[in-house]
Amino acid sequence: MKYADIVHRCFRCGYCKFTRDYTDFNCPAYRKFRFETFAPGGRMWLIRAWLNHEIENSPRFQEILFSCATCANCVEHCVFTFSEDLVNIFIAAREELVAGGVIPPPVRDYFKNIGISGNPYKLPAEDRGKWAEGTGLAPYDGQEYLFYVGCVGSYDERGKKMARAVGDVLLRAGVSLGILGPEETCDGNEVRALGESGLFQFLMEQNTEKFGKLGVKKIITLDPHAFNAFKNDYPGLAPSCAVYHYTQVLAPLMDAGKIPLAGYPERVTYHDPCYLGRHNGEYTAPRRILKAVPGLDLVEMDQSGEDAFCCGGGGGNFFTDILGGGADAPARIRVRSAAETGAGIIAVACPQCAKMLEDGIKAEDMEDRLRVMDVAEIVLAAMGRDSA
Amino acid sequence: MPELTFDPRLCETCPTADCLVKCQYLEVDKDTAKAEMVKISRGEDSFVLHDCVTCYGCEEYCRRGNHPFYLITEKREEQGILTSPRAITRQWINIGEPQGKFQTGEVGERVLSFGFMPEFLNMVKGRLFEDVMPSFVFGQEFFCNVVYIHFANTSVIKERLPVVIENFRKLDVREVVCIHDECYGAFAHLAPAYGIEVPFRPVHYFEYLYHRLEELKDDIRPLNIRAAYQRPCSSRLCSGTHHYVADIMEMIGVELVQREYQDENALCCGGIFGMCFGYDLKHDVQERNIDDMAAHGAEYCVFNCPACMGSIGAGVARRGIRPIHMIDLLRKAIGET
Amino acid sequence: MTDITRSLAAIVGEDYVSDRPEEAFFYARDPGLMPPHAPEYVVIPGTAEQVRDVVRLAGRERIPVVPMGAGMALTGLVIPLRGGIVIDMKRMTRIIEVNERARYAVVEGGVSQGLLKRYLEKHHPRLRHSIPDSPAAATIAANVMIHGQGRLTQQYGFNSDMVSGLEVVLASGEVCRIGSCALSPDWFSKGAPMPDLTGLFLGWFGATGIITKVGLKLYPRKKLRDVEIFITDREELVPDMVYELTHTEMMEDINVFAQPKPMIFKDNHHIAFFFTGDTQEELEFRRKMAWKALEPFIRQKDGGFMGLPPVMKPTLLDMPQRSVSRFADVKKGGGFEYSGPIILVEKYPECYRKLKELAERYDLAFSGMSRVIGRSHCMMYGFSFTFNRADPDMMERTRRALREVSAYALEAGGVFWKPTVEEQKMALEKMDPNTRRLMAMIKKNMDPQGIMNPGNWEVS
Repeated sequence: MKYADIVHRCFRCGYCKFTRDYTDFNCPAYRKFRFETFAPGGRMWLIRAWLNHEIENSPRFQEILFSCATCANCVEHCVFTFSEDLVNIFIAAREELVAGGVIPPPVRDYFKNIGISGNPYKLPAEDRGKWAEGTGLAPYDGQEYLFYVGCVGSYDERGKKMARAVGDVLLRAGVSLGILGPEETCDGNEVRALGESGLFQFLMEQNTEKFGKLGVKKIITLDPHAFNAFKNDYPGLAPSCAVYHYTQVLAPLMDAGKIPLAGYPERVTYHDPCYLGRHNGEYTAPRRILKAVPGLDLVEMDQSGEDAFCCGGGGGNFFTDILGGGADAPARIRVRSAAETGAGIIAVACPQCAKMLEDGIKAEDMEDRLRVMDVAEIVLAAMGRDSA
Repeated sequence: MPELTFDPRLCETCPTADCLVKCQYLEVDKDTAKAEMVKISRGEDSFVLHDCVTCYGCEEYCRRGNHPFYLITEKREEQGILTSPRAITRQWINIGEPQGKFQTGEVGERVLSFGFMPEFLNMVKGRLFEDVMPSFVFGQEFFCNVVYIHFANTSVIKERLPVVIENFRKLDVREVVCIHDECYGAFAHLAPAYGIEVPFRPVHYFEYLYHRLEELKDDIRPLNIRAAYQRPCSSRLCSGTHHYVADIMEMIGVELVQREYQDENALCCGGIFGMCFGYDLKHDVQERNIDDMAAHGAEYCVFNCPACMGSIGAGVARRGIRPIHMIDLLRKAIGET
Repeated sequence: MTDITRSLAAIVGEDYVSDRPEEAFFYARDPGLMPPHAPEYVVIPGTAEQVRDVVRLAGRERIPVVPMGAGMALTGLVIPLRGGIVIDMKRMTRIIEVNERARYAVVEGGVSQGLLKRYLEKHHPRLRHSIPDSPAAATIAANVMIHGQGRLTQQYGFNSDMVSGLEVVLASGEVCRIGSCALSPDWFSKGAPMPDLTGLFLGWFGATGIITKVGLKLYPRKKLRDVEIFITDREELVPDMVYELTHTEMMEDINVFAQPKPMIFKDNHHIAFFFTGDTQEELEFRRKMAWKALEPFIRQKDGGFMGLPPVMKPTLLDMPQRSVSRFADVKKGGGFEYSGPIILVEKYPECYRKLKELAERYDLAFSGMSRVIGRSHCMMYGFSFTFNRADPDMMERTRRALREVSAYALEAGGVFWKPTVEEQKMALEKMDPNTRRLMAMIKKNMDPQGIMNPGNWEVS
């Protein structure tokens, strides 16, 4: 296994479980399950035990490994020099389990669906572009940007709504962009995070070749997960192809006044997506957008920025739900934190966060006082336009 | 083993004995000064050997280039007179010991030397240095070792400096731009004083920056601020480069406040004083220095030496004066920050 | 699921019981060197009532119970020596009360050092507690229970001296209030002016009862905090230096450390002292008093104040000091254990020399880290070794070195802090026999069935 030579170095001190200032535990799996085994230190020790044949692969071991949301709080807060590799170690262990063929059924099904249908929803590949009907978004044909929406944005109802809103705002701002529609294929971020390195390699090469053939020089992603994959795990893309999350393109347009805004007098709290924030260091662009909206009162949750508490959707959990529900499900914890700020809106910049947090609001019975809006949806609302 | 070039007759016939008369820490008249220097040169005891606070000033004050401070240091070591506590000396000797962990960039004929100051790894960047970088060296292997004259320990210098110079020679460099003026002082002042050959041309980074600013003059936006300059002890070893401070300030629209403790009368940061002598001297020197800056309306204090900045920077800031290193100031002036 | 598992699930909820090999593996160990002993069950209760019911069940079934905080004592105190049920307390994270005027907090048994620190910073910024340098996940309850020391120990004693009341679950399954809280709504005293019953629990490692709530004294938190390090090359001078420094009564915390790496620390002994103030004037006054106290040593060249590199100060002022945990990876092996006897400060020189000798003989990386307790009444001297967990030979050498430390410490008049089971036996053997009998009597009466963290403080 990769990193097998460093798994023994974990001191199980627990700094990885916390925020920087110890406001609270910040590891979603640990908050949910509360056994030390579900914290990063527990995983490290168990991976080592498994490699040393002191424990065997079991449903529990798989649950422990696959419940990690890969949110990188541990990477951010572990005090040791190998901290940057923590999530990579968990993924490497997953790869070993995948290679051994004994993995949780939801994980297996996820890979199967991607492999067969090209998306985790088992929906026809040719339906992938249907979300864009009526939006005015044209197929990519040499425009300045390729707007890449990903599987969630293409097939999930909430994701589609978000994709339409983002497309709408960018078009109104005069951004030259096109989409792949049915030609789009999965970016593979979750495939890689769940340990199917072979399938990821295939997707990565396929996409790299496609973008190259189309002459794509700039990509805007809807989803921070795709942003992360293209930016960090697609070596063939750099340096010829620049990758942006849509908030990074929208923010300077807002600064330059390219988007006329009427105003939106709402109290909003912003939820940092892990793959935009901790993984890629982008905390300011979404906030710049929100602060530029007249009347909007932006308040921060206690755990925000580098200390943001994950919605629980990462690491494949959005599809596999290994983290599961219950009062201590990360999404429910997060919406309770949002409610404490007095905000009526949780602003998100990720379709997976959007869905996870909406489900969390329903489970918390807070639909009368809290709702989730994507940053682009807020901008549209501030323009006096409803998102589709 | 290198030997100090010192001529006792120069002291014996000195008309001014400026070395000790001008000393900011000893009250000495001319006759006493001469007599004490003669005693020292003869290997006899002198109160100077016990009371000198190692500000390096007399190296500058001496008009005859006879290295009074180096002599004092040699004689202190010979007679076992400690300046600093043993533990402090030991610590500094340990810190400076080569560890094989040096860093070199793409070393060309001209190289920037960061000595062993890690602050420069982050600070030295941008257009000011783009025609030399990434040609740089950093590490104990390139550390000038001059600091040990504070600790009355020239043996360490004599042992290590030739090796450091050899390390540069192996890199085949022609010119070394020293980002700390103690390094420059080592190669341009101390090494010659000890007859140690230096096979490259040392350049003070102020000189380098001055010429670089001339090239970038179209980018300079005058800063229009009033600043004090904190002159480090090591500047006394390269007083010929001190004029660049005023020259540079003029180029970038900074009014250098004319204050009491400047140029030859500059006060130390007090860092070494605290380590060696305790609370009162350090506190007194720092307070007078900062009061002087404040009394003359300084908005900024420009530092040359990161150690000075560490020693007195916080105190300067508490008085509402912004501490800033010369490099950061110049980056501001060319609009880079 | 076994019957016991089912019964435990009925108490704490199915989600918070495990009898799986994965939990058994992890909870059988701590990051120190003690051999593993697996529990049969791990439970994570949410309330004192659930702890009570677990203990009652354990009593009925004669199953050992072992309470656990973060397990960072490193001396195996949370390892279930006879199997049984490990009670992971860390879901009980409520901060129940902070009485600002009386300066105390009441916290549940699983509240971590980090959580309390942050809570106070946010809601009671003029109050602080005596935070140790164990990782932030370490719990308040476990730390006082092992007589931990922290940032305020030089001023106010062991962290256990700062207890202002307890709630405990006895082996019988009764829940008991200890201190003023037993007859008052206020938790201002752990015993006085009544008989101080905390002695039945503090220092017993759960062998007499499980702490479910702690009343903790809080202290003034000043706005500014700074650190200086005074260094000497002669260990024999350290006690005098510490004596002079403590005489000033100006310092917050005094630590003395010596280690060969990094190079800035080589060959010297470092007296790091911390001080606080609400104003720059107050801070400078304390700094001046410390400098003045140590000036005679400077004049003799026996010691001096080191210049702190810019990166070092934030590291030192960090609470808890993350760098302490980083010692575990010096050998790239995630391992660190120390024996930290409580001993007279005047023994510092010989402790250091012993540490050096052992490190040399056993070829180990070491650090001597000590904390002054009270006004130099005594100190904790930590004979610390770091090891590579993947190197069994290094681990064995470390064990042997630590065994020698234990024997030496006892010989030198020290008393073990958070002793391993072996050290407990050594202490009991050397102890005044009447004291030993008293301890045995207490243990027997508090835990007649021998289910409370058995193996600890057992008089044979």
